[in-house]
Amino acid sequence: MQIIDRNSLDILFDTLKRRGFNLVGPTIRDGAIVYDRLTSTADLPIGWTDEQNGGTYRLKKRADVAVFGYTVGPHSWKKLLYPSVQRLWRAKRDGENFQFITEDEEVSKFAFIGVRSCELHAIAIQDKVFINGKYIDPVYKLRRENVFIVTVNCGKASGTCFCVSMNTGPRATFGFDLALTEILEDNHHRFTVEVGTERGAEILREVPHREADEEEKAKVEDIVAKTARQMGRTLDTTDIKDLLYRNYEHPRWDEVASRCLTCGNCTLVCPTCFCTTVEDVTDLTGEHAERWRKWDSCFTMDFSYIHGGSIRSSSKARYRQWMTHKLATWIDQFGTSGCVGCGRCITWCPVAIDITEEVRAIRGKE
Amino acid sequence: MLPDLYRVQRVRQETHDTFTLELEPMSGGQQVAAKGVSFAAGQFNMLYIFGVGEVPISISGNPTPRKVRVSPPRFVHTTRAVGTVTKAMGKLKRGDVLGVRGPFGSHWPMEEAVGKDIVMVAGGIGLAPLRPALYQFLSQRENYNRIILLYGTRSPADILYRRELEQWRARFDLEVQVTVDQAMGAWHGNVGVVTTLIPRVSFDPLRTIALICGPEIMMRFTILELQKRGVGKENIFISMERNMKCAIGFCGHCQFGPTFICKDGPVFRYDRIQEWFGKREI
Ligand SMILES: Cc1cc2nc3c(=O)[nH]c(=O)nc-3n(C[C@H](O)[C@H](O)[C@H](O)COP(=O)(O)OP(=O)(O)OC[C@H]3O[C@@H](n4cnc5c(N)ncnc54)[C@H](O)[C@@H]3O)c2cc1C
Ligand code: SF4
Ligand code: SF4
Ligand code: FES
Repeated sequence: MQIIDRNSLDILFDTLKRRGFNLVGPTIRDGAIVYDRLTSTADLPIGWTDEQNGGTYRLKKRADVAVFGYTVGPHSWKKLLYPSVQRLWRAKRDGENFQFITEDEEVSKFAFIGVRSCELHAIAIQDKVFINGKYIDPVYKLRRENVFIVTVNCGKASGTCFCVSMNTGPRATFGFDLALTEILEDNHHRFTVEVGTERGAEILREVPHREADEEEKAKVEDIVAKTARQMGRTLDTTDIKDLLYRNYEHPRWDEVASRCLTCGNCTLVCPTCFCTTVEDVTDLTGEHAERWRKWDSCFTMDFSYIHGGSIRSSSKARYRQWMTHKLATWIDQFGTSGCVGCGRCITWCPVAIDITEEVRAIRGKE
Repeated sequence: MLPDLYRVQRVRQETHDTFTLELEPMSGGQQVAAKGVSFAAGQFNMLYIFGVGEVPISISGNPTPRKVRVSPPRFVHTTRAVGTVTKAMGKLKRGDVLGVRGPFGSHWPMEEAVGKDIVMVAGGIGLAPLRPALYQFLSQRENYNRIILLYGTRSPADILYRRELEQWRARFDLEVQVTVDQAMGAWHGNVGVVTTLIPRVSFDPLRTIALICGPEIMMRFTILELQKRGVGKENIFISMERNMKCAIGFCGHCQFGPTFICKDGPVFRYDRIQEWFGKREI
């Protein structure tokens, strides 16, 4: 474990930029911390934190100058790995034939700054969907291969976090190039750095650093232990797949459906939700056609439409599909839960529907 | 995944709303020529109509063509025009070009069926995905015991593959029964849903493989009827339909419980999905 001081964070940013990485990380826009281009550490939400609970999100000033003193916001890294709108190809009519045109995509090399442990798990889950199966998604693969990941071990949890229940945090254990832990002390603001890859080591070599001492190593453990105790939510995952498989007809689904607006917010903010739809379009001349892929949500009626009607026409069926997929069928499909306990779906649900509460209700009254 | 280009070589109007296209890979450019059109009975392709859209359509041709062929191998698809894309497909003429991705998905249990009685039950357009299996059973007739095809459709005018059905019915090594939901005038055949045919045919329930394709409600009742006769769940296979956008496990649309119909299906062994098949709005 190494130590860099607060100023060296700027040097780390500069080094990554010099190596051709575009920095993306947390920054404040419209009253929320989102992921966007960063030019320097000044773009980070320094001295800010977030307060989150079911259906609420608020930024608040901190008493200190913490750089990473908040948790996850409405964005997740999937927007960079898997764009919300993507042209897959173009086609051109050519007499009675037509031809497909593909462009060789130029994709920038991104360095993701401030990726949290639950998000590393979410990325690993999307890897399973897009690049570890029988078919490989070239759009995702191209972007994923180029990403440099700087993780941050969370120094606080929010009111909707439950990574501890899902075994996905708060300490990062894999999937990063460099992992930071922020140590905020009155006159010594510094970060511990763990190196995850050779690439990470190479970058760190260009940043002034020193070996961490025993006390500093212990601090990291204290910080993540404290965060782990702050979890705003818990979810008992015992037997979770069979619990939900047994309870497709539980009355709770009707109850939650009476509140759910089927707006799809939860699927958009969820870092693992991957569903898309396709739109085939032509121009007015009918000479050119394009195929676009867009994020989709299992909460729409169109999602399950086949000739004759939608399969999941009730909101009960759609909420059940979403939650059962996240927590149960995902396990059969990909050998892992589809939920990493980031809490976004709870925070950003306009009517504060809470996945942990729904599981509790089903478990409580089987 | 980019579609390959195919040219329509033949259009056959089967009924007022259903047509069969024979598609030939276009030479040049794409790798199609090398790949040929080999497929397994029960698999499907994604057919793309220029600028309109792409839909999953089962392959309804013969998977085991004669060894010597005059013309290059073709994909055969029988489609019922029901909406935007399938109606546009219905307007294609010989010489027109469309995009094909595939073949995708699982296939009918050809190996499991060896040495057994085979009961095929088709409802409506569901006959199309079953036809390749029947071709294959017949081309290796000696490998199977009894072969029975039960086919139900709306009316006599909706009967698919009429000439072929008549030829099949004339064979002594194949039992074919057709029924229609309603008939007027000159129909002297069976009237009633396809499940009413099941008690009328003889097969050995303990040594039978059943293949079913049709609307879900029809498959549900067919399964009940077969189970009444004593056919085991593990010997019943059904082909499922869901909305599909990608056919390769990315879009999420075809999920059915823990399965993706595009890659785990469309053909499933019934006992493996019965828990979900029995529920509504999965
Ligand atoms: C595995 C499988 C095999 C099948 N085999 C056959 C078969 O052999 N024969 C047969 O007749 N039918 C078959 N079907 C059913 C067939 O796929 C549907 O009838 C067809 O998709 C209907 O499409 P449509 O556009 O004509 O109808 P619509 O009712 O207009 O649309 C149905 C779906 O297609 C989508 N869609 C329509 N236009 C577009 C567009 N421009 N871009 C993107 N999506 C669009 C819609 O969003 C909707 O989800 C099969 C289905 C499956 C899943
Ligand atoms: S289901 Fe909710 S808590 Fe779980 S990963 Fe998705 S957004 Fe986060
Ligand atoms: S659970 Fe909440 S966020 Fe998700 S669709 Fe329902 S109302 Fe929208
Ligand atoms: S059709 Fe897209 S996942 Fe199956």
